[in-house]
Amino acid sequence: MGNITLDKVSKSFGATNVIQSVDLDIEDGEFVVFVGPSGCGKSTLLRLIAGLEDVTSGRIMIDGTDATGLAPAKRRLSMVFQSYALYPHMSVRQNIAFPLKMAGDDRAVIDRKVGDAARILNLTDYLDRKPRQLSGGQRQRVAIGRAIVREPEAFLFDEPLSNLDAALRVNMRLEISELHQQLKTTMIYVTHDQVEAMTMADKIVVLSAGRIEQVGSPLDLYKRPANRFVAGFIGSPKMNFVEGSEAGRYGAAVIGIRPEHLAISTTEGAWRGTVGVSEQLGSDTFLHVHVDGIDTITARTGGEVVLDHGDTVFLTPQPDKIHKFDAQGMAIR
Amino acid sequence: MATLQTKSAARMMMAPAVIALLIWMIVPLSLTLYFSTLNYNLFNPAETPFIGLMNYKFFLSDPAFLTALRNTLALVAGVLVITVGGGILLALLLDQEFYGVTIVRLLVIAPFFVMPTVAALVWKNMMMNPVYGVIGQFLNWVGIGAIDWFSNAPLTAIIIIVAWQWLPFATLILLTALQSLSEEQKEAAEMDGAGALSIFWYITLPHMARAITVVILIQTIFLLSIFAEIYVTTSGGPGLQTTNIPYLVYSQALLQFDVGGASAGGVVAVVLANIVAFFLVRLIGKNLDA
Repeated sequence: MGNITLDKVSKSFGATNVIQSVDLDIEDGEFVVFVGPSGCGKSTLLRLIAGLEDVTSGRIMIDGTDATGLAPAKRRLSMVFQSYALYPHMSVRQNIAFPLKMAGDDRAVIDRKVGDAARILNLTDYLDRKPRQLSGGQRQRVAIGRAIVREPEAFLFDEPLSNLDAALRVNMRLEISELHQQLKTTMIYVTHDQVEAMTMADKIVVLSAGRIEQVGSPLDLYKRPANRFVAGFIGSPKMNFVEGSEAGRYGAAVIGIRPEHLAISTTEGAWRGTVGVSEQLGSDTFLHVHVDGIDTITARTGGEVVLDHGDTVFLTPQPDKIHKFDAQGMAIR
Repeated sequence: MATLQTKSAARMMMAPAVIALLIWMIVPLSLTLYFSTLNYNLFNPAETPFIGLMNYKFFLSDPAFLTALRNTLALVAGVLVITVGGGILLALLLDQEFYGVTIVRLLVIAPFFVMPTVAALVWKNMMMNPVYGVIGQFLNWVGIGAIDWFSNAPLTAIIIIVAWQWLPFATLILLTALQSLSEEQKEAAEMDGAGALSIFWYITLPHMARAITVVILIQTIFLLSIFAEIYVTTSGGPGLQTTNIPYLVYSQALLQFDVGGASAGGVVAVVLANIVAFFLVRLIGKNLDA
């Protein structure tokens, strides 16, 4: 089965430590998302699991056996690359069949498996086209098809949706989640987009500078961020942070409050400010309020609220939704 | 070049170059065609009577012609096999990261800058001479015994010399093709369970197909007209063993002073080159389509 365990895995390129002693358990059938800002080492971590990079120290266990020194092909993992990495001179059929051909399967078996994969991914009509004749979303599906025919222990996705336009990205996100429900195979998914992480994951791993900041379910991370980094990274728009005397009133060095946890009033409230830019999305409006003595605070409100630039508003944080952090940025509970 | 005005301006600007090139091509070609119908011998240049296609008849029925044709094709094919095969291997080697790779790449390209005559003479006197040549010395040392290349295997010797000169060109073009192969594709193949040989066969080689085509087409154009290397080493001999069509035309014109016959030979060479080009494009030209 596809459970993967990382035991004190480190990776350095020369003197730079890209991954610093990462411990992680991934259960069979789980959808795990590695998320973090660019350069945090999330892709490197995925490549270490895939075997495309050698670990500097530590162990990688796949399905209970030590896979640290195994060649990529021997790990029974499939990977979908950011650029899709389709073979341009092969047709869709040949692309999907390639791993089976390398495994030395019979023609009949290959044809059946390719046909099955094509049906799952709606590629049946495109089997004889070349990758360059396909749209971005179709190429993405071919790459996934090539990954699923091998029936791997786990799928690895390296920012697979970042080359697609916004609408297609939402579609493919759903399709991948749907695929996970169908196949029930372990999936590890790397992204820098916290919306993808929140919507798809069973378990999110937040990485920063080669270290795991927090591991947990999406709502866990949203409700109980372990530190200021996770609090700021998860949730959109970003959590507001307030320092200084206002934070001191709550017995913390820094307090955080999400835009959706601020009550807005034109008459009274805790913080008085003037409205700056307001971003109207129809369903929601995000107000950027310049609060006196604090800083710019983002507040979310319903789409029907109309406030103009320069209007005076009062913001009141919901007391039970305030996140408190100490001077080191760790959460106080 | 969207508007009518820019189009006509472009035509005006290009006209001088196009006209110059046209004249450059048309004049020698028509003069050659003209001479090929005359009985024009340098021993008696005052009288050049028109003899129709007699020159062609003599050239094509000359037993030397078929030998020269065979030699030409053997030369082209031999050099192509060595340069494309060796070029792929060298390109794979130079694509690796190792200490001093930039200097090695520079050195590999060096033979291309040596003039054909110089290269051929260096090979003839310093490498292939059976007494004091490096190859002869080496073969003696390992016990095989020196080979007198230009007596016993003259065409092979010429092929080796020309291949040495063209290997850098093939290597360079194939190396650039190799460097444009995305790392992710190789990694994807690796994850798909392909070994080094399979990656080479299914991924790398198809990726290089277009570059290989370019190398073959360009080299064929130049290899059909190899002359200097033959002139300074074997002079087409022994016998006719290293006479190719260009050398045969040369000997017709400047050793037998038969300008008419040589012109006919030149026209035949042009036709042959076109036939070769036709088959080449049919055979491998589809690789050039995007």
